[in-house]
Amino acid sequence: MTSRLSAITWNTFREAVRDRVLYNLVLFVLLLVASAPLFSQISIGLEKLMLVNVGLSSISLFGVIIAIFVGIGLVSKEIEKKTLYTILSRPVRRWEFIVGKYLGLLLTLVVNTALMTVGFYLALLIFINGLKRADAMLLVAVYFIVLQFMMMVAITLLFSTFSTPIFSAIFAFALYVIGTFGEDLKNFAAMSHGATKWLAMGASYIMPNFASLNVIAQAAHEQNVGSGLIFSNTVYALLYSLAVTVAAVMIFERRNLK
Amino acid sequence: MLAIEIKNLTKEYAVGFWKKQWRPALKSLNLTVEAGETFGFLGPNGAGKTTTLKLLMGIIFPTSGSATILGKDFLDPEVKRRIGFLPEQPYFYDYLSAPELLDYYARLSGVPAPVRKQRIGELLGRVGLADVGNKQLRKFSKGMLQRVGIAQAIIHDPEVVFLDEPMSGLDPVGRHEVRELIQSLKDAGKTIFFSTHILSDAEALCDRVAVIHKGELRGVGVVNDFRSSLAEKTEVIWLGATALSAVNSLLAEVHVTGDTVRGTVQSGDLDRLLEKLRQQGARLISVMPVQRTLEDYFLAKTREEEKEAVTL
Repeated sequence: MTSRLSAITWNTFREAVRDRVLYNLVLFVLLLVASAPLFSQISIGLEKLMLVNVGLSSISLFGVIIAIFVGIGLVSKEIEKKTLYTILSRPVRRWEFIVGKYLGLLLTLVVNTALMTVGFYLALLIFINGLKRADAMLLVAVYFIVLQFMMMVAITLLFSTFSTPIFSAIFAFALYVIGTFGEDLKNFAAMSHGATKWLAMGASYIMPNFASLNVIAQAAHEQNVGSGLIFSNTVYALLYSLAVTVAAVMIFERRNLK
Repeated sequence: MLAIEIKNLTKEYAVGFWKKQWRPALKSLNLTVEAGETFGFLGPNGAGKTTTLKLLMGIIFPTSGSATILGKDFLDPEVKRRIGFLPEQPYFYDYLSAPELLDYYARLSGVPAPVRKQRIGELLGRVGLADVGNKQLRKFSKGMLQRVGIAQAIIHDPEVVFLDEPMSGLDPVGRHEVRELIQSLKDAGKTIFFSTHILSDAEALCDRVAVIHKGELRGVGVVNDFRSSLAEKTEVIWLGATALSAVNSLLAEVHVTGDTVRGTVQSGDLDRLLEKLRQQGARLISVMPVQRTLEDYFLAKTREEEKEAVTL
């Protein structure tokens, strides 16, 4: 089982690399370098605030775009091109294929994010003239971004098991947007009454909550993120990703591949 | 020992806007294949050949019925270690090279690392791709891809090999090479189940064939029986068109070109025909039994329904 899982994971990662997904790193560097002249025109305090905001938001946005556009094809492309025929005729369980694909794309995003983070710290070093001890907290924001990717990959993978790439992209993007307003949905549920309250509450549990995973503003203002939030966010992202991946497996286990 | 046993295997697809109508793709298929046998699964396009193979590979699920491969349920992962499959017009991960692709499939089939390396080199040589190096599959020709396809189907040294239209889309040289590869698998004692609509390939390679048409099994036969069976008809060619009026009643078919006559006679009437031709002074050119071919069998089986429909 481990050998098959690692083979599928590695192949998914290799596909992303060979399809030049990591070329987005070049774009990321260009974005940081191009926005540097803007930073220098702003006063010293705001310069760093802006760099942190641009850097972390880019890391998040680039990753979400990769998660959506690579994720939607993870299963549907294999069905369409019939590459799955030669996989499923081997001793590969269908759940192993789904989990392997999930881990492969997540690995791609983790490597991508790690490289971007190195670039981001280098930018801090160059443009802000040095790093402070407090800058280590920026890593918490990056960690939360990776937790978001865990959830986004599971969501796009789920859609990929039963929908066409275009619809999957629309659904996944819609969920991402809704998820960024996750806290608002919760607050709405708390303020509502009757059936609306239950509906809003149900929706707030089903929809991903990316708002609580976004601490870019705190990080930019050098505010500490409590260990309680780190723990609860980790558990939340793990459980949400697990539930969505199990749903993807359940759909795929029953699917006739045409 | 039976390598494959299919019992009442049925596949129906829901069709229509509300998906409430059922269209049968395979109707209660019963079939057995002996270990070591090369079995041809024949049928015109859309007959149900690929559906049967997809069912056996667990790519789609049957509506009803069951199958065993090597004595175990066909969906048992243990069985899948012992079988190989080449899909029709296969598409592989084109960003990989041939050795990378084979290594990936070998890992999925549980082949240990040291064996993998040795087997990949050996197999690439066997399918004539020893010198492809690290060229990506997107740069391969159709014939080369088909050879990679056969290599991936046997990378784990399976006991039963399923091939879906292995010669389709290949040029004559490619077809010949693939035919030789299948022959070598046959010589190695593998059980081969292959679907095709190219009858000459089936005739050259198969021990037995089954004909399927419109999702229904129409017949199973031993290929050698077609060849060794006594000819039902004989073709006689002679010079002397004037003799035709005396023998016309005996002939099933007749073609006249100038003074040359080519007639087909039921084998039982052959002696009478020859006697009469001698009496008429005709000069015999050839007497040739018309052998029953796989094509005749195939056409007879696939046209049965049309004939029945006309009779009704």
